[in-house]
Amino acid sequence: MNAVVAKVLGFLVGDAQADRVVPPAGFTVRLTLFTSAAMAFLMVFALALSLASGRLAATWSSELDRGATLRLSAPPEQMAAQTAVAMAVLQTTPGVATARLLSADEQRALLAPWFGPDLPLEDLPVPQLIEITETGAGFDAAGLRLRLAAEVPGAVLDDHARWRKPLVRAAGALRALGWVSILLIGAASAAMITLAANAALAANAQVIEVLRLVGATDGYIAQAFVRRFTLRALAGAAAGVVAGLIAVLLLPSAGAEATFLTGLGFRGWHWLLPLLIAPILGAVAYWATGVAARKTLEGLT
Amino acid sequence: MIELENVAYSYGGGELLSEISLKLAPGSFHFLTGPSGAGKTTFLKLCYGALIPTAGDVHLFGQDVRAMTRDDIALSRRRIGVVHQDCRFLDHLPVAENVALPLTVAGADRLEDVANMKELLSWVGLSRRADALPPELSGGERQRAALARAVIQSPDVILADEPTGNIDWEMSQRLLTLLIELNRMGKTVMIATHDLSLIRAAKSHVQARVLRIANRRLQLAGADL
Ligand SMILES: Nc1ncnc2c1ncn2[C@@H]1O[C@H](COP(=O)(O)OP(=O)(O)O)[C@@H](O)[C@H]1O
Ligand SMILES: [Mg+2]
Repeated sequence: MNAVVAKVLGFLVGDAQADRVVPPAGFTVRLTLFTSAAMAFLMVFALALSLASGRLAATWSSELDRGATLRLSAPPEQMAAQTAVAMAVLQTTPGVATARLLSADEQRALLAPWFGPDLPLEDLPVPQLIEITETGAGFDAAGLRLRLAAEVPGAVLDDHARWRKPLVRAAGALRALGWVSILLIGAASAAMITLAANAALAANAQVIEVLRLVGATDGYIAQAFVRRFTLRALAGAAAGVVAGLIAVLLLPSAGAEATFLTGLGFRGWHWLLPLLIAPILGAVAYWATGVAARKTLEGLT
Repeated sequence: MIELENVAYSYGGGELLSEISLKLAPGSFHFLTGPSGAGKTTFLKLCYGALIPTAGDVHLFGQDVRAMTRDDIALSRRRIGVVHQDCRFLDHLPVAENVALPLTVAGADRLEDVANMKELLSWVGLSRRADALPPELSGGERQRAALARAVIQSPDVILADEPTGNIDWEMSQRLLTLLIELNRMGKTVMIATHDLSLIRAAKSHVQARVLRIANRRLQLAGADL
């Protein structure tokens, strides 16, 4: 481990003399700087998107577990009888795992955000709520509605699982898309750095030839180019990450109630993830220039 | 040191060089002559591993060039100093750094070399041009800088390809003197040139063998020079 760290540090600090053998910064090097900055900036957003849609998918699927709700409205004197019928219907419906009457306290808690805590529930024609959980196979919502319509006309089945499922799927797909984007941005960076490195190698063909004639090994020549491009990619990516994080911080926030759009950002330790972008892009540049340099050098006599 | 055995070379058309055998003994001094286009540069390239013979064997310091890796070839160039016909430099670095380049790439440039470097530059008469960039040098200065670069690592063999190609007589005399001095220090020297008067001028100072490329073959030139 220490040896690896020493090697990486040695590479970063480098051999000042070896650096000078390649002519100072050309156009390609500046392009590399810009490209890496732009790519890192985009990566910050792709990462924020993936993490936010991941959180959304998690929230929605935890709500999914609550299954469905039956809302029963009836004149007060019939309420008890209708409730009993509804419970009987539910208990004989295949696919319903449990059916539970919500207590008055629970109903009050649900309504409190809208009506305040001291709601006199007993005096109001508030519907009775029955919480249903499904078995893995789920129940036939249309069939249940038909039976309820016949036996308990005042019952409304609120099947939130049904409409949330596609949303959870969509959020999951969005998260996958985010990760695919991150991979694509990484691959595009590798491609662009390879092009830039190839351009630099071609522009410096005479330098390479002279170095080879005076006894430089391929490793030495490659290193001179690889180091330059890796450092530029690192510096560019670091600038891009900083810009991306500032942009994310400046996004308007809706606090705890954040919906998807306002929830785009990082939470907790996720703030550490963007810090990995610059080293990763640096490693991509190191690898891409190394491959490009070795390929070019092997083609020479 | 450098051995050629029944070597032939062709760039793709017919054979340019055929049936060439030669052993460069340590401390020897050779001239290589022949008309322009005879294959002198090609022959020297075979001698420092830049070209692989199309037939026959070349051994550099006992190693068969065909079995040598790219790194082996690179390392062998630290023992063979070459003055190229078209002396190429790193145009963005001053003369002194260009001359020291073989040490730089070998990772061997140390502080004590600075003194050697000064001595070497004054030996080739470039002390005052040390900070100039290569494109600012005259033809003769380039040739001398190339010679300094070829010898800075104290190689065993020095191959010079038309080292007096585009410089005046007086300057080529000076260069020749430098090469003869190197030979007296024990270096093996081979100079490719089509300039017969240079060979004649050398003959009185050093015991030189003269090789001539004619009809694709390498011949030992007689006393007709
Ligand atoms: N890279 C090459 N490809 C094809 N032909 C070449 C190449 N280099 C040299 N030649 C040809 O080989 C012949 C010998 O070239 P060279 O060795 O440079 O001769 P010299 O140095 O004696 O003038 C010339 O006819 C030249 O055109
Ligand atoms: Mg020639």
